Amino acid sequence: MSADTENTTDYQRFVAATDEGGQQLRPRSELTATEVLREVGAVLRMSEAEVAKLGDLPDDPDEDQTMIINMGPQHPSTHGVLRLMLELQGETVLRCKPIIGYLHTGMEKTGEQLTFAQGGTNVTRMDYLSPLANELVFSMATEKLLGIDGEIPDRAVWIRMLLAELNRMSSHLLFMATNGMDLGAVSMMIYGWREREEVLRFFQEVTGLRMNHNYIRPGGLAADLPAGWRDGVMRILDLLPDRLDEYDILMTGQPIWRQRLQGVGVITPNEAMALGATGPILRSTGVEWDLRRGEPYLHYDKMDFDVIVGSYGDAFDRYAIRLAEIRESMKIVRQILEQLPSGNYRIQDKKVTPPPRARIDESMEALIHHFKIFTEGFKVPEGEVYLGIESPRGEIGCYIASDGSANPYRMHMRDPSFVNIQCLPHMMRGGLVADAVAVISSVDPVLGGVDR
Amino acid sequence: MSDDAATTDESVAPEESNEAVPELHGCLVGSSLGQTVVFPSREQYVDLVKALADDGYLMCVDLAGVDYLEFMDRPLPASVDAQRFEVAVNLLDTVGCRRIRLRVQVPESDAVLPSLFDLHPGTEAMEREAFDMFGIEFSDHPDLTRILMPEDWVGHPLRKDYDVGRIPVQFKEANS
Repeated sequence: MSADTENTTDYQRFVAATDEGGQQLRPRSELTATEVLREVGAVLRMSEAEVAKLGDLPDDPDEDQTMIINMGPQHPSTHGVLRLMLELQGETVLRCKPIIGYLHTGMEKTGEQLTFAQGGTNVTRMDYLSPLANELVFSMATEKLLGIDGEIPDRAVWIRMLLAELNRMSSHLLFMATNGMDLGAVSMMIYGWREREEVLRFFQEVTGLRMNHNYIRPGGLAADLPAGWRDGVMRILDLLPDRLDEYDILMTGQPIWRQRLQGVGVITPNEAMALGATGPILRSTGVEWDLRRGEPYLHYDKMDFDVIVGSYGDAFDRYAIRLAEIRESMKIVRQILEQLPSGNYRIQDKKVTPPPRARIDESMEALIHHFKIFTEGFKVPEGEVYLGIESPRGEIGCYIASDGSANPYRMHMRDPSFVNIQCLPHMMRGGLVADAVAVISSVDPVLGGVDR
Repeated sequence: MSDDAATTDESVAPEESNEAVPELHGCLVGSSLGQTVVFPSREQYVDLVKALADDGYLMCVDLAGVDYLEFMDRPLPASVDAQRFEVAVNLLDTVGCRRIRLRVQVPESDAVLPSLFDLHPGTEAMEREAFDMFGIEFSDHPDLTRILMPEDWVGHPLRKDYDVGRIPVQFKEANS
């Protein structure tokens, strides 16, 4: 796990033994000024002279005073198989390098082998804590290519929004759980999982599965909401406010919690923008950027909700934003319950919609049609499109290039975790190794999405 | 045939005939399904991103490679020379709520593109991903190593001439 880097040979032997290949952290003596500039200055948007003046590290230590340790890939606080190489001097983190790819299964390649109709099963498994956001952005991009994005029945759009918001709640509740656990509030872990379970139970009623739903599909939804769904939502809405108040008592106002999080992992708005960070990380720095407000999709322009922003850009802000976003999502869900119209749950376009089950029993054409859609899929016109929506972790984007066949020629997912994880070195630099856990947790990466 | 082809042609055609040239900082502008797309050459690429950053596109949201090996006759403006690889860069202006996409052609024989790292450090991981998956090199990238695949991997998996692995399945009682 760790080794002193006493001299170069030892260091090289150590590197060779860890099989780091080209991903190793190089000795500090080999770091040129330009590289330090690249590491910090490019992000801070400073000149070389300013960076040199900054001196954000304890006066450049010799190599024999520092230690490189690997945190992960199996460390419980890395939320999956994330590996961090940390260079430590005592308890201070000098440098940090995230190493990813342990969960890479080539889902973008798989996406090219699957038709647009099948694609939902693939993308839903990427960021597995917000499967409905993945499906939604994939479906919206496909619909845009098909030119039917304006014709999706209203009911389907509203239900998509309902599920997306419930998904945001379940994802943030899990964040509450893991964030609590990482910082030693173990009862919070159980509470968070318990509340998330309530939301997943509703998803199971609606989609048949707790995760990986493949419920939002190009053209609408897989099925209408089941009878009694309203009770399921009401149950969550009745139950959560009290529980969230409990979280406030347990964590928000608690001195230990505040001391562990406040001022930890600070990032500035400029840094966050430069690194492409989105979602709660960007908002914690005070930048009011939420795609639901900035570029409204679905019916978010008709919804009354607040975009929560922080002011310090620290781990506590990111925690508080997520907690507040659960409350905002509940507000949106209440409005959806009032306004949900009746109607079709999927577009009545023979090209993309399979015939209703009952028709298959009585019509040969319907059977053939059904068979065709499920074996060959539907053809999507040539073109390329990028669409981004606000997932619980930030902007999830889908770039699809189509060559006119039934399979996407290229399907790329811009996963928020993949980009956000680049903030880690900047948040950790100069901090304590004990805070590293809090920082990883506050970024809330999902490695399924990072590695795809 | 498609909307894309139609709109691209429409927006490119007037350029040759009219005074109102759909150009942005000297680069060809088209549109794809209502989204603005710019086609810079490799030489114009970094300067264009720099100019766009001055225009307010402060965030580089996404950078993705595409291998057009099997789709070389894709709809492109007439003056753009189709190459095997393409890098699509999505920029975002959070103040003006605008987006713009850059499509840069990268030839197979010399698959090198200047890195955007100095302008948008957030492209570090994305460029590494494009390098890992397509073998497109980014010059001046601080750490151009594989990011998702193992270090010693041979080949670039998302290339179209890279086979999809298959595991033979023996169905019960079927003749193999």
